Amino acid sequence: MTDLLLELQEIKTYFYVRKGLFKTMTIKAVDGASISIKKGETVAVVGESGSGKTTLGKTALKLVTPISGKIIFEGKDVTNLHEKDLKWFRRKAQMIFQDPFTSLNPYMTVRQIIEEPLIIHGFDEKEREERVFKALEDVRLHPPQDFVKKYPHMLSGGQRQRVGIARCLVLEPTFIVADEPVSMIDASSRAEILFLMRSLQKKYGMGIMYITHDIATAKFFSDKIAIMYAGKIVEIGETQKVLKNPLHPYTATLIEAVPDPDPKNRFNIRKVVPGEPPNPINPPPGCRFHPRCEFKVQGLCDVEEPPEVAFEKGHFVKCWLHTEKARKSA
Amino acid sequence: MALLEVRGLKLYYKTVRGPIKAVDDVDFSVEKGETLGLVGESGCGKSSVAISIIRLLPRNVEVYEGRIFFDGIDLMQLSEEDFRRKIRWKRISMVFQGAMNSLNPVLKVGFQVAEPLVVHQNMDKEEAVRRAKELFKLVGLPPDFVERYPHELSGGMKQRVVIAMALALNPEMVILDEPTSALDVSIQAQIMNLLKSLKRELGLSMIFITHDIALASDICDKIGVMYAGQIVELSSIENVLLSPKHPYTQKLIASVPLLRGDRVPEFIPGAPPDLVDPPPGCRFHPRCPHSDGMRCVKDVPPMVGVEGDHFVRCWLYSGGLK
Repeated sequence: MTDLLLELQEIKTYFYVRKGLFKTMTIKAVDGASISIKKGETVAVVGESGSGKTTLGKTALKLVTPISGKIIFEGKDVTNLHEKDLKWFRRKAQMIFQDPFTSLNPYMTVRQIIEEPLIIHGFDEKEREERVFKALEDVRLHPPQDFVKKYPHMLSGGQRQRVGIARCLVLEPTFIVADEPVSMIDASSRAEILFLMRSLQKKYGMGIMYITHDIATAKFFSDKIAIMYAGKIVEIGETQKVLKNPLHPYTATLIEAVPDPDPKNRFNIRKVVPGEPPNPINPPPGCRFHPRCEFKVQGLCDVEEPPEVAFEKGHFVKCWLHTEKARKSA
Repeated sequence: MALLEVRGLKLYYKTVRGPIKAVDDVDFSVEKGETLGLVGESGCGKSSVAISIIRLLPRNVEVYEGRIFFDGIDLMQLSEEDFRRKIRWKRISMVFQGAMNSLNPVLKVGFQVAEPLVVHQNMDKEEAVRRAKELFKLVGLPPDFVERYPHELSGGMKQRVVIAMALALNPEMVILDEPTSALDVSIQAQIMNLLKSLKRELGLSMIFITHDIALASDICDKIGVMYAGQIVELSSIENVLLSPKHPYTQKLIASVPLLRGDRVPEFIPGAPPDLVDPPPGCRFHPRCPHSDGMRCVKDVPPMVGVEGDHFVRCWLYSGGLK
C-alpha cells in the first residue's frame, strides 16, 4: 500500500512519577494502541480526559518516545531515531494546538510566529516571505499584508487558531496532529475552522489525526474514528459505520451522553453509565471498562483482557461481547 | 406573578478604554419551578447577568441599574446587609463556573457544605454536618463522604458537592453557571440527570447558563439567547429550537453538529463585537445575512412579541427592513 502515511503499531507510552523517596509509579497513558492513517485521510481519536488521546498524538509526532511499539512514517521506522536524524520528519509532521490563546507568543507578530519554523529549517528571506503570505491566504486571513503586522491580542479566537494552522502549514507537512483544535473556540465558529482544515486537506492531501472529546464534530470531520478508553483503543472503524452501529458499550454510552438540541430532551432522564474513568496508574484488570459496563460477564470481563475482534472490514472492537467465549459463558 | 422579574438590567464595567457594556438592557422573568436557559457565546454577558442577580459584583462596576423583583421584593432597594441576610444563598443561590476547583483543599467537604448553615442559621456544627449528610444523599453522594477532603473526590463528585452547597439553605432559585463545562461527557450526562431530578423533586426554579444550546435543551423550559450584552430572543424552548426567529438564533442552532441527523453544521462568519464599542443599531448586523445596511445599522431594534410569548429583538419583526 503506497498511500499509507503513518502506522502506529502496538504503541505503549508510559510515564513515571516519583512518589516519595524510593517509589516510582507508572502511568500507562497509552497501553497498546494501533492506528494507521492514509494520505488525505482524517482519523478522529475520541476519548474523555485521561484516556490517553493527547499522549497518542504526541507519540505519533515523536514528541514523546514510546516504551514499546513502532512508529512507521512514510515507510520508515522513526521510533528510535535520534533527534538529529529526525529533521526531515519534523518538517513533514506538524501539530495544531488546543488553545490559541496560549500557544501563540504574545510578543511576536503574526509574521514572526509563522516565519519561525522556516528560519529553523534554513529558508532564505525571499522564500520565507512567499510562504508566510501563501499560508495566510490558505487560512483565509485576508489580506495577508494587514495580518502580518498584527499581534495575537488583536485577533479573535478563530483568527488566532487560523494563525496556528498557518504556522503548521508553512513547512508543507504531510501529516498533522490537531489536538482539540476547536474546543476553545465559540460554537458558532467551530465549523468554520473544521471546514477550513478539510479544504486544506483536499488541496494538499495531508493526513490528519483529529484528537477530540466531541464525538459530534468527529462525525462530520473525520473518515475514520478511534474510540479510546483508559489508554486503549476500544473501537475503530469508518466514522459513519461506528456511529450508526456502535459495537463497544462505551461507544454507545458516549453517543447517548451527547444531546442534540431537541425540546423533548428535558422530559427524559438520559441513560448513563455509573462511575468515572479509571486512574491510569492502576487500571482495572481485564477489560478496563468492566466496572462501568452493564453487559459485563462475571469471571471473564473482569479477569481477562478482551481480544480485538473484526466485525466487518475495517471495523474492530475490543469487547468480549463479540466473541464466542462470552456466548459460551453467558 | 413571576418569581423573578428582571427589567432593564444594566451592568457596565469600568476599564481604561471606557465602560464594557456587559449587560445592556436585559429583561426576563422566571416562574416558580421553571428553568430559564441563558445561552450565548463567550463574552456575551451571560455570567454578568448571574452576578447581577445574586449581587456579587467585582469592584470595577461603573453602572449597575435596572429593577430586579424576587417574589415581590425589589432587590435593588435592599441594602447590602439585608441582601446578604435575607436573599443571597437563603433564597437565591448559585453554582459558579469551575466552582468544583475552588473548594478549600484543607477543609473536609462536609464542613464546607455545612458552613452556610452555621453562619446563616446558627446551627451547631454537629447538626449542620448531619444536614450536610442529608444533602449529600440528595445529590447522589454517599453520606459518609462528608469526611473526605476535595482531593479524595473525582471531578463529578466535587461538582455534586458544589451543588449540595447551593442547596444547603433550601433556596427557591439556583443559578447554575456552566455547571458541566469542565466535566467529561459521560459525567456531564450524570450531572444533568441529577439537576433534572432536583428540579422535579424540589420544584426548584433555575437559571441555567451555558454556551451549548443542545445542553440547554436537556433541562430548560424557556431560553433567552444572548448576544453582545443583550437578549435577542426569548421564548419557550419549543419556540426557540423549532421556530427560531432571530437570525443569530437560527445560525447558532445551525452551527450545532447533530449526532442524530445529517444536517451539515454551518458557521457564523466574523466574531462577536467588542463590548466597549459595540456596533450601532442592531449589534448583530455586521454578521447578519439579512442586514439591510440602513435601519439595522442605524437604529437599535426593540424587543417585540411575535405570536404571543415569543420575543425577538430584530427589525425583521418590527416594521421590517428598509
